Amino acid sequence: MTDEERFRRATRRSFLTMGVTAAVGAGAWALLRSRAPLAGLPSPFRRALDANDKLAMAYFRPTRLTREYAPAKITHPRVNGGLGLSANNDPAAWRLTIQGTGGGARVLTLDEIRAFPRRTMITEFRCIEGWSTINQWAGTRLSDVVNAFPPDHPTRYVAMETPDRGYYVGLDMESVLHPQTLLAYELNGAPLTWQHGAPLRLAIPVKYGVKNIKRVGVIRYTDVRPADFWAEQGYDWYLGL
Amino acid sequence: MKRLERKHRLAIRWFHWINFPLLALMIWSGAMIYWANAVYRFLGIPLNPPQSLWQKLHMAYRLADGMSIHFFVMWFFAVNGVLYVLYTIVSGEWRELVPNRRSFIEAIQVTLHDLHLRKTAPPQRKYNGAQRIAYTAIIVMGLGSLVSGLAIYKPVQFSWLGAMMGGYQGARFVHFWLTVGYVAFFVVHIAQVVRTGWNNFQAMVTGYELHEVPND
Repeated sequence: MTDEERFRRATRRSFLTMGVTAAVGAGAWALLRSRAPLAGLPSPFRRALDANDKLAMAYFRPTRLTREYAPAKITHPRVNGGLGLSANNDPAAWRLTIQGTGGGARVLTLDEIRAFPRRTMITEFRCIEGWSTINQWAGTRLSDVVNAFPPDHPTRYVAMETPDRGYYVGLDMESVLHPQTLLAYELNGAPLTWQHGAPLRLAIPVKYGVKNIKRVGVIRYTDVRPADFWAEQGYDWYLGL
Repeated sequence: MKRLERKHRLAIRWFHWINFPLLALMIWSGAMIYWANAVYRFLGIPLNPPQSLWQKLHMAYRLADGMSIHFFVMWFFAVNGVLYVLYTIVSGEWRELVPNRRSFIEAIQVTLHDLHLRKTAPPQRKYNGAQRIAYTAIIVMGLGSLVSGLAIYKPVQFSWLGAMMGGYQGARFVHFWLTVGYVAFFVVHIAQVVRTGWNNFQAMVTGYELHEVPND
């Protein structure tokens, strides 16, 4: 066999291999994309996000903090959504209900929240869209509230809802207990405005902005991974940073 | 008489052709993520195509979809890239790929020749100086994408990585411009492959080149 014949044979074999591989690859991709949706995504992609989350939760350490900035770095806060802020919520009637504690639900007023040690922090608020702002938050550590009103048994998750149930997020307990997770009542030195979630919202810089739920009405300890508004729309559930 | 010459080993060809669709998927899903906050500019021109174009390409309002694809394919992209680098080290092929002392002057000569500003090209070995620089730079860029990507993906857990790039927004900037770099690389790469011709291209598929040699 001459080199030319060997070459023709090798060429035929290689291009055939390449064509078959490309067809198999394209077919596999089409199959993955066409699987039945699971919370807004073809199931393999949802499962991959959940697997990534498991890895991220194993790597998470509460001692790793987000950077805190000097006051000169504060930027204008951005209003990006009004979900859960329906106008018929009377601010004077606002109460925080904590469910899953021993001896039934606890109902707290804003003054009772303010009675906890006050903490301020200037941190980066990172939106899942890609933009970020630097905000000063003042409030109480969520861990202080959890310690004062603990779950009746250790739970893995915390659910939070607006009073109108128009917006809800699910959180893992490790992120809830992170030292930079606050129930905030002030933003950039002033009480929260209506659009920013008055009178009390979550400031959780270890999560994307969508988890920083405004106007928290209900906190519920749970063993079941709680429903999450955006996770139902195809976003990752954990969204840990 | 024509003689068969072995040019690219099987492993290199597989790494190359597997990387191609994976990188394409990463750029495509990355663009869907960028759509949600298309803020970068080049020479003052906003890099934000009109909404109608995004929609025509079915890439508008797909932030969640884009993220899920990006965070799925990233594993395959990273593993293929890491295996490629390990292979070039173990096999010794890195010696043909990493620039040496002569590469930079040779790269200038090659570029001038390609732009028809110089009559002769330096003698071509497997890879010329310009190729060595390009093929090594693209690997360094790939590493940069993994590192800046991690700094964006987990900016608190890996805040030290972000700090090296000027913070979270700095890491986003690096990640974006590296992607523009891939697109630029692709354009030049394709142009050079077309210019060099079929015999060179098919060697990346078959591994062999057929050369005319004088009869003994």
